[in-house]
Amino acid sequence: MAAGKPSEMPKSAYQPAKTSPVVRSRAFYTVRLWSVRHSRGLERIYKMLATVFLKLHPLWNFIGYKRVEKPVVLVERTVKRFLFDCRMCGQCALSDTGMSCPMNCPKSLRNGPCGGVRANGNCEVEPEMPCVWVEAWKGSRNMESGDNILKVQAPVNHSYRGSSAWLRATAEAAEKQAEPMP
Amino acid sequence: MTTGTPEKSADHGPLPPLPGHTSRGRLERVLRAGEFAVTAELNPPDSADPNEVFERGAIFDGWVDGINATDGSGANCHMSSVSICALLTRVGYSPIMQISCRDHNRIAIQGNVLGAAAMGVNNILCLTGDGVQAGDQPGAKPVFDLDCMSLLRTVRMMRDEGRFLSGRKITSPPQVFLGAAINPFAPPYDFRPLRLAKKIEAGAQFVQSQYCFDIPMLTRYMEQTRDLGLDKKCFILVGVGPLASARAAKWIRANVPGIHIPDAIIDRLEGAEDQKLEGKKICIEILQQVHEMKGVSGAHVMAYRQEELVADIVYESGILKGRQPWKRESNPDFEAVADAFETVKEQMDNSINPQEMVAAVSEEQ
Repeated sequence: MAAGKPSEMPKSAYQPAKTSPVVRSRAFYTVRLWSVRHSRGLERIYKMLATVFLKLHPLWNFIGYKRVEKPVVLVERTVKRFLFDCRMCGQCALSDTGMSCPMNCPKSLRNGPCGGVRANGNCEVEPEMPCVWVEAWKGSRNMESGDNILKVQAPVNHSYRGSSAWLRATAEAAEKQAEPMP
Repeated sequence: MTTGTPEKSADHGPLPPLPGHTSRGRLERVLRAGEFAVTAELNPPDSADPNEVFERGAIFDGWVDGINATDGSGANCHMSSVSICALLTRVGYSPIMQISCRDHNRIAIQGNVLGAAAMGVNNILCLTGDGVQAGDQPGAKPVFDLDCMSLLRTVRMMRDEGRFLSGRKITSPPQVFLGAAINPFAPPYDFRPLRLAKKIEAGAQFVQSQYCFDIPMLTRYMEQTRDLGLDKKCFILVGVGPLASARAAKWIRANVPGIHIPDAIIDRLEGAEDQKLEGKKICIEILQQVHEMKGVSGAHVMAYRQEELVADIVYESGILKGRQPWKRESNPDFEAVADAFETVKEQMDNSINPQEMVAAVSEEQ
């Protein structure tokens, strides 16, 4: 089956109205695509970072998760916006979605590609943009826990928007650790 | 109430619950009985006249096992799927209600699921929906609060656990047969069968596919699907439909997202003397091939703006093998409405005594 190269899109293909609810910068998605290509390395870094954060749990607890939120968000936003064109949903799924941020999907799908993906692998709504989920699938194939992409993700909790997903994940992991083994 | 084999029975009574069935509808019975099921899509009117819905439903009478009530398909505004279902169930149909995540948030959707089930809707198809940019009102706010997967989970939770997404209890859960959509004709091709597996895990019991115009592509998809054993866990209905002309086919390619029409099909239409007839022929050929394909449980015949062709296509393809699929029937919920109406008539002239009313309720509790 011809998947086609990203550049070729027949003139006759579906053209949507030229409006999008998501503001995009071309430069950001060049970086974003780089990140997907290097998903394996980023996965390792993320896992390391998660371990460090978890080890620092007593410190976070001591300062207070609430008080530490602001500076961590500042760092997290800068790093993730640069690398993934992150939308700060506050419940990061990057490690489950091949290091391709699902919130960049115009439909904000968190469970896989819709049926509208073009034959050249680009987005239905934004014809110039490679489908976030086609990228996610590619990225996940290079990752150690790439099969996490098969997990069904829960609906987004919109009240978490703008908060730190790193701290949330750390707090949740710490809580899990504290639970007695069943 | 006599209960014959439901798919052949002439009795138009309510369908009693069967073990292993999640709904009391005909579609689930036909599929579980191993018959090749046929569904069709009702073209929703841009009108407030109920007769338009009845006319557009009647066109399929006796030739399909279920009618899809679309929910703003292509992001265009039409009569809503809930209201089409309200009308159809009133006259004894059991439609497949589509829910798209584009226009409603989780609160509205869960409310609609309860309302639909109360009206006698037995089948719900969970969709993400086309982007608003595809339709006639591209400035609309795209909701996409849930996606098709989390929607499936939500409705399944309502049905099986009898709870809303919040955990709050539902006194009488909706008994529905849950469906989803698949598109084997869009990339990433090797992820598509796994995505179906995900949908099944999330609660899909049947799936309807996007238009199939490419049999080799479907064959490869079905091979992968069978290797994963998915055809045993879920009923797969393949979408087919007639193309009215080569021009229409090109228009669809350019204006409807997610439809793959190979150039060979368009060339064949262009070369034909009567393009409309050729379009129907192609559709019948594809339908017959789909019917023979292992793991396929039925077909979803979409003939947008040529709905009158559906019965003919089903008849000429011979896929029913003489089975009389479906007729309008009264359903238990419809009778519930009739009973309620009788009660209302009886009590029309009795005004309520507030104190007696309060006393009666507190006695009940």
